[in-house]
Amino acid sequence: MFITTLWLSLAGQMQPIDAGEYRPLYLKADTPYVQVQSFQLDAAPVTNQAYFEFVQAQTKWQKQNVPSIFAEHNYLQHWLLQNGQYQPSQHQLNTPVTNVSWFAAQAYCQAQGKVLPTVDQWEYVALASEHQANGSIEGDFHQKILAWYSKPTPTQLPEIMQNPANYWGVYDMHGLVWEWTLDFNSALVNGESRNDASLDAKLFCGAGAASSADPKDYAAFMRFGFRSSLQAHFTSSNLGFRCAAATNYSKD
Amino acid sequence: MKLAMLVGVAAAVLAVPLNAKSLPVEKATLTAPPMVPPPITRNYPAKVQIHLETQEKVGRMADGVEYVFWSFGGSVPGSFIRVREGDEVEFTLSNHPSSKMPHNIDLHAVTGPGGGAVSSFTSPGHSSTFSFQVINPGLYVYHCATAPVGMHVANGMYGLILVEPKDGLPKVDREYYVVQGDFYTKGAYGEAGVQPFDMEKAIKEQPDYVVFNGAVGSLTGDKALTAKVGETVRLYVGNGGPNLVSSFHVIGEIFDNVYVEGGDLVNHNVQTTLVPAGGSAIVDFKLDVPGNFILVDHSIFRAFNKGALGILKVEGKEDKGIYSGKQKDSVYLPEGSAVQSVGDAAPFVTAQNKAEKIRFGQRIYEANCQACHQAKGEGIKGAFPPVAKSDYLNADHDRAIRVILNGLSGAVKVNGETYNSVMPAMQLNDMDIANVLTYLLNNFGNKGGEVTAEQVANQRH
Ligand code: HEC
Ligand SMILES: [Cu+2]
Repeated sequence: MFITTLWLSLAGQMQPIDAGEYRPLYLKADTPYVQVQSFQLDAAPVTNQAYFEFVQAQTKWQKQNVPSIFAEHNYLQHWLLQNGQYQPSQHQLNTPVTNVSWFAAQAYCQAQGKVLPTVDQWEYVALASEHQANGSIEGDFHQKILAWYSKPTPTQLPEIMQNPANYWGVYDMHGLVWEWTLDFNSALVNGESRNDASLDAKLFCGAGAASSADPKDYAAFMRFGFRSSLQAHFTSSNLGFRCAAATNYSKD
Repeated sequence: MKLAMLVGVAAAVLAVPLNAKSLPVEKATLTAPPMVPPPITRNYPAKVQIHLETQEKVGRMADGVEYVFWSFGGSVPGSFIRVREGDEVEFTLSNHPSSKMPHNIDLHAVTGPGGGAVSSFTSPGHSSTFSFQVINPGLYVYHCATAPVGMHVANGMYGLILVEPKDGLPKVDREYYVVQGDFYTKGAYGEAGVQPFDMEKAIKEQPDYVVFNGAVGSLTGDKALTAKVGETVRLYVGNGGPNLVSSFHVIGEIFDNVYVEGGDLVNHNVQTTLVPAGGSAIVDFKLDVPGNFILVDHSIFRAFNKGALGILKVEGKEDKGIYSGKQKDSVYLPEGSAVQSVGDAAPFVTAQNKAEKIRFGQRIYEANCQACHQAKGEGIKGAFPPVAKSDYLNADHDRAIRVILNGLSGAVKVNGETYNSVMPAMQLNDMDIANVLTYLLNNFGNKGGEVTAEQVANQRH
């Protein structure tokens, strides 16, 4: 029933990410960089096909079985009911799975011995352009990312890995879908480490830009804004995910 | 900190008197621009339910130019909201499931932290409901306040909410809704295709488009505002910004009353009123004579080169006592604003042949004529005649030279349409005039030909 190509198996593969540091946008220009330990990250977002295989193995995550506290009713709404089962259509197989809640994404990763990446891990990898770990020093880096943010969602999402990988060999950090992170709402639940810069100020008024590390990093503002609008049972037609793991993780 | 702010908002919302339950409930009538909901006739407060949907979709910015507008209710500016002082508002904001962005709404009519922004923060495919009481009458801007605010506003997320005073506003014959906004596109003004938002230009405050109601031409041609001689017209004018302040003016009219900045203060006999970004003004005037009255931002390059131009078309009997269309000196000119010297920009070189004349002429056209006659020479119906396929132009080259040298006013017939408007004299030298006319004659479907500098010199007197 499913074509398993070399290319698809690549999709489930992970890329090693070296330790390093980056400066999250919500910190002031004179606050220190955040250290990111080395880890591994899925080379691409999880596809509908991979997610379908998961719900076949763990039937409690099938659309008809999920309690609404774990995923709202739009969960997997783009799949069709066929032979008593919700499943992706043929042309959705290699596109990123969306309409999944945080609980569902986390369960998927756990089933493989992985976890969702933290915001810091995700942002650190997302900072890379095709050729450099820190792409933000390239002139049109942010403008390119913004261009996607300001396009409406297409009715049919493109397939994964259609654009060049970034410096880490990771695909589609930008330009395909939003992605869940492990601590997407930590900014809301604990206000620690943010000192005098409250998240509200970031999200609801222009003042936010004054205390951010790079006021031109509108793209990062938008990701933080998007994440903070979410709750763990929410699903959205342009929100998918990928998984992360420790450096010593290896697929059995 | 976060918690403290949330508590603050909750307190403000709860501060609404709890007699709210006993208020009669009604659904607000919302209108897309340029229309305004009818005046409120009830003389008691009500609980008004408002439902607005945020959308992200491709729309027209100018002919051939598209833009991904983010909006309240699918229009830029967003739906006009009309409530009465003392009303309790129950506001539901829904974010369309296809949206990429979360959105919220900051209503300047709300007193409370963030004007509702925190309680209305809404993820794609979700809705938020919050309540507030409108205490202060006036005309207020609402806008999205999600980070980065500038981008949400620059993409069109603003509109107006009118809080009518308890006794209402004086009765008028017509009301319209006009909001100015500045837009920042990757491509220059007029560059075709879907244009992405340009953050650099936005930060530098260098817009490519400054327009009324979200697009070039949204208030011209058959979309012009209309009225009749003898009527009084009220405009609810807003400015979404995000950056520019508007010098709002109607060419050929004087505002009888201006509710300064949308508040209580009423000024009379005003020519141009300032509308701050994130602010408003209410203006009204009685129409004494027929004709086309042109709405502009009197920072006039914005009107003629960036799109901030609308038309109020007034029909009815002429009153020669008030306005005599025939006397050139009684006419309000846009101060020769379109008269630009090409001077320093272009080195003084003489065209050696017809092809060069056409090339040089194009520059002259773009710098001096295009603002009125438009990029493809198509003109603007009712205001500026076409120079494309123009029978008037092709019929008599010497006459066309005189039009540029001396200007033109009074009724002229171009391609069967009568124009009764004013073209100012253009300060160009003989060579430039020869080039621009040669350019026109050989473009835009005109009949060809060539005009020489000598020919132009012969028409000077
Ligand atoms: C401020 C606006 C404005 C500018 C700038 C302007 N025109 Fe005109 N033009 C008009 C108007 C208005 C008329 C019609 C006047 C009337 O109704 O009597 C007109 C008429 C004409 C006509 C005759 C009618 C026709 O459409 O063929 C020509 C030719 C013409 N303009 C050419 C030019 C050229 C060439 C330039 C630049 C060098 C120019 N105009 C700049 C407003 C303008
Ligand atoms: Cu918004």
